[in-house]
Amino acid sequence: MSVLPQHQFDSSAESVLIQRVCDGDKEAFYELVRPYERAIYLAAKSVLGNEADAEESAQEAVLKAFTHIRNFRAESKFSTWLIQITINEARMKLRKQHRQLYDSLDEPTSDEQGDYWPRDYADWREIPSEALQLKQLREALNKALNSLEPKYREVLVLRDIQQMSVAETATVLGLSEANVRTRLHRARLQMRDALAPGIDGAWIRGRDWERVRPW
Amino acid sequence: MKVIEISCIEVWREISNYLDEVINPELRQRMEAHFDVCRHCKAILDGTGNVVKLIADGEPFEVPAGFSERLYRKLR
Repeated sequence: MSVLPQHQFDSSAESVLIQRVCDGDKEAFYELVRPYERAIYLAAKSVLGNEADAEESAQEAVLKAFTHIRNFRAESKFSTWLIQITINEARMKLRKQHRQLYDSLDEPTSDEQGDYWPRDYADWREIPSEALQLKQLREALNKALNSLEPKYREVLVLRDIQQMSVAETATVLGLSEANVRTRLHRARLQMRDALAPGIDGAWIRGRDWERVRPW
Repeated sequence: MKVIEISCIEVWREISNYLDEVINPELRQRMEAHFDVCRHCKAILDGTGNVVKLIADGEPFEVPAGFSERLYRKLR
């Protein structure tokens, strides 16, 4: 399967582009944003959960970034700044829609009540992704991802899909690194639970789930 | 050398950090000794590791068709 494209982070080339944008060059802004289209879309979708809202929110974020390009300070990476704007736009949109209690996003110090107990499937085989139809896999993964709460989904998308460092993830989301790790842990275990019981046992060839109790 | 035992609960709590290789060597050793004898925790480790691998493959998470065009149209 395909590997995530590695974008060469060339800060000098980016600085040149940014300067051109500040001078009013819109084309330069397209070039600046282009490598991060997927990143901003996924970031918006991690908060909002659906494609249409995510796309709209990503567009708004890009517009905002363009308007406020002079606020960008060269000490940070442009991508971090852009994704931060995107996350904030998406969160604002979510609040307006009243779909979730917004304080579940705004209180990083809160709960993480207790441990997350992973389900006790002892017989979960390696998912043979080549063996599955891409469409089936895509649906299963997206469905599993959508089943997570936004605060867990955000971290998973940035960290495990976008391969951002914990430090950068923490910056973008306004969390401590410890918080990022805790939420990431929970998100991964929840994904495992969401995927494991199958898809009508599609991951497992002809075997029943063996229920085991570790205690 | 005796490795101090670790409970399943403690193992579960650290599984994500174990996968990211951000735990101290002593804890790592205890967890690995535990995985050698506890198939339940080994299964959870393998399962979680598989999920991380699956997600890291970006293919299932692409932008919708026409995303670029619509974005740049909006910018005009």
